[in-house]
Amino acid sequence: MNFIDILQTASSNMLRSKVRTLLTIIAIVIGAMTITLTNGIGTGIKTYLNQQIGNLGASNVLIVTLTNKSTSPANGPVKYTYNPNVRVSSGGLGKEQLLMNLNDIAKIKSIHNITSAVPSHSLSPDYIKGTGDKYQLTLEQQFGSTTADMVVGRGVNNNSTKNQISIPESYVSVLGYSSNHSIIGKTVTIGVTNPRSVQLTVTATVTGVQQKNLIGQATAYANTTLGNHIYSIRNAGIPKSLTNTFLAAYATFPNNLTTAQINKIKNKLTSKGFTGMTIKDEESTIFSVISAIIVVFDLFGIIALLAASFGIINTLFMSVQERTKEIGLMKALGMSPRRIFALFSIEAILIGFWGSILGVVFAFLIGNIVNTIGRHSFLKDFPGLSLLTFPLNTVFSVIIGIMIIAFLAGALPALRASRKDPIEALRYE
Amino acid sequence: MIDIMVKLIDKSQVVGAEHVTKIYGKGEVAFTALDDINISIMSGESVAILGKSGSGKSTLMHMLALLDKPTKGTVLVNDKDTSKMSNRQIESLRNKSYGFVFQQFFLNGNDTVLNNVILPLKIAKIGRRERNLRGIKSLEAVELVDKAKTKAVNLSGGQKQRACIARALINNPSVIFADEPTGNLDSHTGKIVEDLLFELNKKHGITLIIVTHDEDIAARCNRQMHILDGKLIDSKENI
Repeated sequence: MNFIDILQTASSNMLRSKVRTLLTIIAIVIGAMTITLTNGIGTGIKTYLNQQIGNLGASNVLIVTLTNKSTSPANGPVKYTYNPNVRVSSGGLGKEQLLMNLNDIAKIKSIHNITSAVPSHSLSPDYIKGTGDKYQLTLEQQFGSTTADMVVGRGVNNNSTKNQISIPESYVSVLGYSSNHSIIGKTVTIGVTNPRSVQLTVTATVTGVQQKNLIGQATAYANTTLGNHIYSIRNAGIPKSLTNTFLAAYATFPNNLTTAQINKIKNKLTSKGFTGMTIKDEESTIFSVISAIIVVFDLFGIIALLAASFGIINTLFMSVQERTKEIGLMKALGMSPRRIFALFSIEAILIGFWGSILGVVFAFLIGNIVNTIGRHSFLKDFPGLSLLTFPLNTVFSVIIGIMIIAFLAGALPALRASRKDPIEALRYE
Repeated sequence: MIDIMVKLIDKSQVVGAEHVTKIYGKGEVAFTALDDINISIMSGESVAILGKSGSGKSTLMHMLALLDKPTKGTVLVNDKDTSKMSNRQIESLRNKSYGFVFQQFFLNGNDTVLNNVILPLKIAKIGRRERNLRGIKSLEAVELVDKAKTKAVNLSGGQKQRACIARALINNPSVIFADEPTGNLDSHTGKIVEDLLFELNKKHGITLIIVTHDEDIAARCNRQMHILDGKLIDSKENI
C-alpha cells in the first residue's frame, strides 16, 4: 500500500465505528481546547503588557535605586545601626527603601556609557485646569526617548525650553475641549503649592494626547523644563539637604548598546551599591509570573490529554481486536508488518489530528466570543486588550504535539496488530 | 494465448515439500502436526488435500502457501528453497504469485465488491486506474461485474465466494490455494464455485491446491493426497 492508500484506509477504518471514534475525539477536543485557550490568554496578556510597557517608553533608561542589604522586616525586626548618610523611606511592600542623594547621582554618572542621571522627583501638582473646572492630576517627568502611544500629537520634548505636557485621553473633555485635535497646542494651567502653603500656577502647552493604557492609566507627562519648574516651586526655601533626597534616579545610556554592554553597566551599578533595572527587566519579571500561571493552567489541559490518550489506546485495541481477520487477510495477501503498523498508527494520528483541529476551532470561537463580550463589558477599561490571542505557531505546536501523543498512544495497539500471526488471525472467530 | 501454452508445456515443479515437519509446543506437550511430508506439485496441476478435521491438511496448505514455516524440512517454490528467502521476498511471492480462497470468505462487508477484489493490488502499490481496470476484468471472469459497486455485505454466499475468487485471480497468480472453498455454500452454489475453479485450472493453467473433505471435488482433481495424523498416507492420480 502506498501512503495515500494507507491514509484512506486508516481514515475509513476510523469512521467504521463512528460513535466510539467520536467519543475518543471529544476527549482530545477538550484537552486541545484547554491548552489552546490557556496559551491564548497568556499570549493575549503578554502582548497587551508588551504594548503598555512600550507605552511607558524608553528602552534606554535604567531605573536606579540603592540596594537595601538589610533583611526585610517581614523576617522579623532589624537591628538599627547609625549611618548619617542613609535615610530610609517605607517602600510600601514591607521592605524599607533607602533614599538617594546627589552624591549617588554623581556616582552613577561616573559609570562608563551612562549619558545622564537625574533624580526621580515626585512632582505632585494640585490640579490641572483648561477652560473649565480644576481636576486632580498625576504628573510624571518623561525620561529617555519616549515611545508612549499618542492618539493625537506627539510626546513632550525634553530639549525644549518651554513648558510642555502630554495628557491622557480622558482629560480632553474635562479640560473643556470637544475633540482630541482641538487641545493640541493649547495652554493648560497647573496648580502647585509651595512650602509656605501658597498655591501658585504654571502654564504648559499640550503637545499630545496619550492613548489610555493599563499601567500609566491617568498619568500625564511633563518635559524637563516643566518638571524643574514645578519642582522649584514645591521646594522653594527648603534646605538642600532635605530636598535633594529621592527614592530613585533615572539613568540613560545610548540606544545602540548591546545586551552585554547594558549588563556591564548593571554590574557596575551593583558593585557601587545600586540596583539598575531597565523597563525590559521589569517586564520580564511580570512575564515570568504570567508564564508560571499559564504553565499551571496548561497542566489541566495535559491531564485532559493524558486521559484522552488512554481513550485512543482503548479505541485502537478494540479496533485491532475487531479487525483481527482483516489483518490476517492483509498479511496473507503479502502486506508487510511495517505497513500494518503504519495503518493503525495513522488511524491514531488521524484521531489526534481531528481532535486537535476541532479543539483549536472551538478555542477560536470561544476566544472571539469572550473578546467581543469583554470589549463591551469587563474589559472596557483595557482598550486594546484581546484577552485571547492565538499566534499560528502556538496553534501548530498544539496540533503537532497532540498528533505525537496520539501516535505514541496508538503505538502499542498498532504493534500488536503488526505482530498478529496471519494463520491465527484467519482462524479467529 | 502463448502464455497459456507455455504453462501447459512447461511441467516444472511450482510447489514442493521436502521432509516438511511441523511440531507445535515443546517437550512433553509437543504435538506433531505434520510428519515428514514430501510432495512435488507441477505447474498446471490440480491437487486435492484430503483428510479429517485435525489431520493436519490445513497446516500443510499453510506451509505450502508460505503462511507458516516448517519446524524441519524445506518448502520449495519453483525449485527455490524458501527458508533462504527474506520475509519481504516471501510477502511479495504471496502477493504476486499466489491467490487465496478461504472457506470464510474474509471480505470487508462495508466496502464495495470492487474494493475488496483489488486489495492485493493495493498492497502491491499499483496505481488506482490500473487496479480498478484489472478489478473489473477479474470480476468479469467470475461474472460479477454488475455487483462491482455493491457493498460486499449485500452479496449472497455464492456471490461472496465468487468475489473471493476474483480477488485471488487479480494478480494473475500461478497457484491458487483454496481452503474448503465450498464449505460454507449449499450444494448448488458450491457447484458453481467448483466449476469456476476448475475452469481457471484448465483454461488458464493455474495450479490449484484445494483443501477439502468433499469427495466430489477431490475426484475432479488430477491428484488426491490423503493426510492422517500429520502423515501423507495415500497419494493417487486420477486419470
